[in-house]
Amino acid sequence: MGYTVGDVLAERTVHVTRESLVRYAGASGDFNPIHYRDDVAASVGLPGVLAHGMLTMGIASSVVISALDPATRVLDYGVRFTKPVVVDPVDGADIHVVATVGAVDEEAARIDLKVTFDETTVLVKAQLRVAVR
Amino acid sequence: MNQDLVGREFPPTAPYLVGREKVREFARAVFADAPQHTDVAAAQALGFADVVAPPTFAMVIQDQTLQQLLAQEDSGIVLARTIHAEQRFTYTRPIVAGDELTAQLRVTGIRMMGGNAMITSEAEISDASGAHVVTATSVLLVGAEQSTDEGEAA
Repeated sequence: MGYTVGDVLAERTVHVTRESLVRYAGASGDFNPIHYRDDVAASVGLPGVLAHGMLTMGIASSVVISALDPATRVLDYGVRFTKPVVVDPVDGADIHVVATVGAVDEEAARIDLKVTFDETTVLVKAQLRVAVR
Repeated sequence: MNQDLVGREFPPTAPYLVGREKVREFARAVFADAPQHTDVAAAQALGFADVVAPPTFAMVIQDQTLQQLLAQEDSGIVLARTIHAEQRFTYTRPIVAGDELTAQLRVTGIRMMGGNAMITSEAEISDASGAHVVTATSVLLVGAEQSTDEGEAA
């Protein structure tokens, strides 16, 4: 698969709900109650129940990988968590992911992920590198 | 923050057997809809023995090492004031159902910034043959008594 800097490889909005958080808690083993209990979230000063940062990170890579040739080898993947995704009990939250080719060399392509919630960037320096051969 | 954590030896975690249904469950939880995560035939067509875990599945194994770190009585890490600031995975190969994985923790750095401490740790995850699979690197930010609202609670 050829990669050209600036190409948008994938763009998707993923709707998450409280059910998504409970599902991720079970799948990952991260049962921190700030991800499902409003009272606990409020008691530590949070604006509401938050999505696990690792869920947001996982959703972002899922969007990219679905768009790539399945034989693509992922070399590394890293993010910084900057802002929380607050998941409303009724309306949930929409996480928007745009994956753009940021750099290409002989070995690897760097895919830059712009991940936003409510117009705010929630992951920065979100980069996934894949082998180009 | 206890600087002695840097360079402390931690024992490898008990072997974690990656189950096919666990991979499918995790894939569903992170909205990973590429077929190799759930369809054995699709994974085998790519040369893997079984379904391929999504990249962030390594966190499930790494978490066991973070629990070791938090269990150090002298760590100075207070969970209520700790947030997950950064995460990185560096892969030799993807995790596949059937893998038996162990992780070994190393604290590679502690940096003080104001009253906050940034703790970087690496979990080197290997398979039953001892071969490297993935290294998972976390940066935890332990806030001073006055907590911060940035980042994600760990």
